[in-house]
Amino acid sequence: MLTKRIIPCLDVTLDEAGGTVVKGIEFVDLRKAGDPVELAKRYNEQGADELVFLDITASHEGRGTMIDVIERTADEVFIPLTVGGGINSIEDIRQILRAGADKVSINTAAVKDPDLIRQSSQIFGSQCIVTAIDCKRNTDVEGNPDKVILELEDGTPAWYEVVIYGGRKSTGIDAVQWAKKVEELGSGEILLTSMDRDGTYDGFDIPITRKLSEELDIPVIASGGVGNPQHIYEGFIKGKADAALAASIFHFGEYTVQDVKEYLRERNIPVRL
Amino acid sequence: MKNIVIIDYGLGNLRSVYKGLEHAGASVSISSDPGTMLAADGVILPGVGAFMDAMKNIEGLKGAIKEYVGSGKPMLGICLGEQILMDRSEEGKLTDGLGLIKGNVVRFPHSELKVPHMGWNSIQITQEHPLFEGIPDGSYVYFVHSYFVDTTQKNILAACGYGRTFAAAVINDTGNVIGTQFHPEKSGNVGLKMLHNFVRMC
Repeated sequence: MLTKRIIPCLDVTLDEAGGTVVKGIEFVDLRKAGDPVELAKRYNEQGADELVFLDITASHEGRGTMIDVIERTADEVFIPLTVGGGINSIEDIRQILRAGADKVSINTAAVKDPDLIRQSSQIFGSQCIVTAIDCKRNTDVEGNPDKVILELEDGTPAWYEVVIYGGRKSTGIDAVQWAKKVEELGSGEILLTSMDRDGTYDGFDIPITRKLSEELDIPVIASGGVGNPQHIYEGFIKGKADAALAASIFHFGEYTVQDVKEYLRERNIPVRL
Repeated sequence: MKNIVIIDYGLGNLRSVYKGLEHAGASVSISSDPGTMLAADGVILPGVGAFMDAMKNIEGLKGAIKEYVGSGKPMLGICLGEQILMDRSEEGKLTDGLGLIKGNVVRFPHSELKVPHMGWNSIQITQEHPLFEGIPDGSYVYFVHSYFVDTTQKNILAACGYGRTFAAAVINDTGNVIGTQFHPEKSGNVGLKMLHNFVRMC
C-alpha cells in the first residue's frame, strides 16, 4: 500500500564564515556542526521519506554553497531530495538537479512566469517539478466573485490568495485556480503552505488542503503549522494530503520522525516504518 | 573490484545511482561509449523523463546493448530504464522499446488515485532472485511513475499494488536483464542492499 510521506524541511542559509547553517536548530551538536548534511543524515536514520532543503538566502552568492550542500547530501543520503528557494530559470534547475537533487520546488518565479513550469517539466519531466504555493485567507468574497470560495472552520466564507516573496506580496491570484493551472502546465506535485498557519503550531490549514487534494490529480504536500503528530494525522484524514512537511517539531527535538510515524500507524495511517 | 558502467544517454540524475554503486563496492563509470559498455562486468540503464525521448537518445547504442545482453552479463534498468526494456510503450504515441522483455508499458487508468504513483510502497517478491537476497518480502521502496510494465507472470520478479497489481521488478527469459520500476538508489538501506546484490551478481 502506498504510504503517506513525512518530509522534514531544512532551511539552509549562509553564516559569516561562508559555511552553511540550519536556521532554528536547537540541537547543540548540530548547531556546532553547522552542517545541514548532518541533519539530513539524522532525519534519514529516523525514517524520513524525503527531505526538502529551502535555500533562504536564495542569492547568487549563496548558490555555490547550496550546490555543495546538495552534492554532499546526495552522496550520503539515499532518499529523494527536493530543493527550493530562489529558483528562477531552466539553468538554475539544471544545476540543482545535476548536483543530485531529485526535484526542485518553484514558487515566486512560477507566478511571474508560468511558462517556466511548462518548459521545465517538458525538459526534466513532471516528476521533478514541484510548484510551491504560498497562500493567505481572504474574507473579501463579495468583491471577488471570480474566486473559489471555501468555508473556514467557523463557517466564514473565504478564498485563498496566492502570495509571493515569502508572503510579502499579494498577487490577487486564487490558489485553487492557480494549482489547477500549474497541474495543466505539467507540474508533478504541489507544496502548499498557508501563511495563516506557518509557524503557528495550530495545525495545517484544512479547508485549502482538502480542496486542493480533492481537485487535483497530482499529489499535494501539506505544509505550515504543525505542532504535534495529531496535526499531521488531521492533515491526512481531514485535509486528504498525500504528504506532510514539517520543520520546527523535528528541529527542536520535540518529536522524531519515528515518533510521528508510530503515532500515525497506531491510527491506521499507512506509513513506512 | 567489479566494473559497473552506467549508460549515459542524456537523461536524469545519475549521481545517486553512481554513489549507491560505489557504496556497494563497485568501480563505477558513466559512459555513452559502446566499447566501455561491452567491457563492463555489469551495466545500469537509468532514466527519468519521457519514453520517446529516451528511445531517440539511445538509438545509437541499441546495437551495443543487444550485443552486451547477448553476452549473458547482467544489466539492470531503473524506472524509465526498466520501461524501455519492453516491446513498446503507449506513452506519447505508441513507441517501440528495446524489446528485451516481452510486454508493454501502459498508463495507470483514470481513477481516484493520484497519478503519478509517487512515494514509498511495499513490494511482494514473486520469484526468488539474487537481487532480493536479504530483502524481506513487503519491503518499502520509492516509486515515481505514471506508466507501468504489463508483462507475463514468468517475467515478473516482484509485484506492487496501486489500485491494481503491477510489475515492480521484471526479468528477461534468459535471466540476465532485470528492471525495477522503483528507484533502488532512492530507497534508503533497502535500495542500497539491492544495488549491492546487483554488484555481486556481476
